[in-house]
Amino acid sequence: MPSSFEQLALPLFGRLYNFAHWLTQNREEAEDLVQETYAKALKGFSSFQPGTNFKAWMFRILRNTFLNSRTGIKAATVAVDLPDDDPALPAERQTPESILIDRASQQMVQGAIAELAVSYREVLLLCEVEEMSYQEIAAALAIPVGTVMSRLSRARRALREAVQQKLHRSSP
Amino acid sequence: MTEETHELWTRKLDAYLDGELDSGQMQELDRHLRECPGCAADALRRLQWKRVIHAAGQCYAPNSALRERIQESISPAKPAWWHWRPAFAVTAAVLLLFAGARIFRQEIVQPKKHLVQLSRIVGELADLHVSTLASANPVDVVSSDRHNVKPWFAGKIPFTFDLPELQSSPFELVGGKVSYIEQSPGAQLLFRVRKHQISVFIFQARSLPMDFERPEGMDARSFRLESWQRDGLQYFVIGDVAPEDLRALGELMNK
Repeated sequence: MPSSFEQLALPLFGRLYNFAHWLTQNREEAEDLVQETYAKALKGFSSFQPGTNFKAWMFRILRNTFLNSRTGIKAATVAVDLPDDDPALPAERQTPESILIDRASQQMVQGAIAELAVSYREVLLLCEVEEMSYQEIAAALAIPVGTVMSRLSRARRALREAVQQKLHRSSP
Repeated sequence: MTEETHELWTRKLDAYLDGELDSGQMQELDRHLRECPGCAADALRRLQWKRVIHAAGQCYAPNSALRERIQESISPAKPAWWHWRPAFAVTAAVLLLFAGARIFRQEIVQPKKHLVQLSRIVGELADLHVSTLASANPVDVVSSDRHNVKPWFAGKIPFTFDLPELQSSPFELVGGKVSYIEQSPGAQLLFRVRKHQISVFIFQARSLPMDFERPEGMDARSFRLESWQRDGLQYFVIGDVAPEDLRALGELMNK
């Protein structure tokens, strides 16, 4: 049973870096962000409640650190057009997923994820890449579970639309 | 199935695929998907999207240098000496080197040097003794009386010494002369025992380059040699006699 900070935190290193890079869109900034996250987490480890979700705690520190950085402040000012507390929207009846999935390259999907607003990008990545539960995502982002669900739904729709637009632009 | 019911299920598809519905809702939706090809197809497409996003989202890998930096920064604090361990290693290596060199000098080089010096001085003493025996005038003061011989050295050498009473001993004093070893003056006394002649050399111990305290019956070209030190003087007895004779003369000189 790992109990030291090093034992708990080091296995998350690769995941934290990947998330940091998605947030900052820059290698150097991501490295600084991860380093600062570990420093802050180590300093505040005594306040961590054993038995609670350490992974969510670490991601929360990273995300807060990012939001306080110059890049994070700039990203946070990008308006999201829909309020967070809207109920999750149903998917379009005639979804183009099958066509999109067949034609979209991984690079195109990555480009579309990068173009998402940070609030959508982070919730989508925590759910799909980190495979966190809604509760864990809510803890990491310090938002209610309902907000996680609505943002996730919008993020998925926004991603589909972005990929669709890219396909339109790339088609002859 | 009404449109409203279908939309209700569609709303729950993401939560279903994310594993966020409770077990009762999961079973209900499972049943619905088995009965509704449209919702099943929708669920499949959403699942495919999840997989695409999952794969696309894992694209940034940190470098090992960052990992090392972070590992270093979060590892439990090492004691102060830990940061100085390269310096400790170098210091230890240097100390070992010095210790090794010292041992080499003390155990190998110095004994070898000692033996070389000993051999040289014993050789000189043997030369002096042989040249005395070969000389037509082996001594400068010819007398069997110790009261003549000892005063003769006064003013010729920077020290004085005692000569033993030889009556009732097999030894006879022939005489003496000034000798030099290592450029220092000393007394050479010639004794006779039966048909053999023995030289006794007396030098200031400090004028010699080494300690001859226990030469342990050194051989010098078939001559035997005994040596001892007393009152700052170094005595050498050399001759072609039995060790017992050398020892006996030595004991007489030491009285």
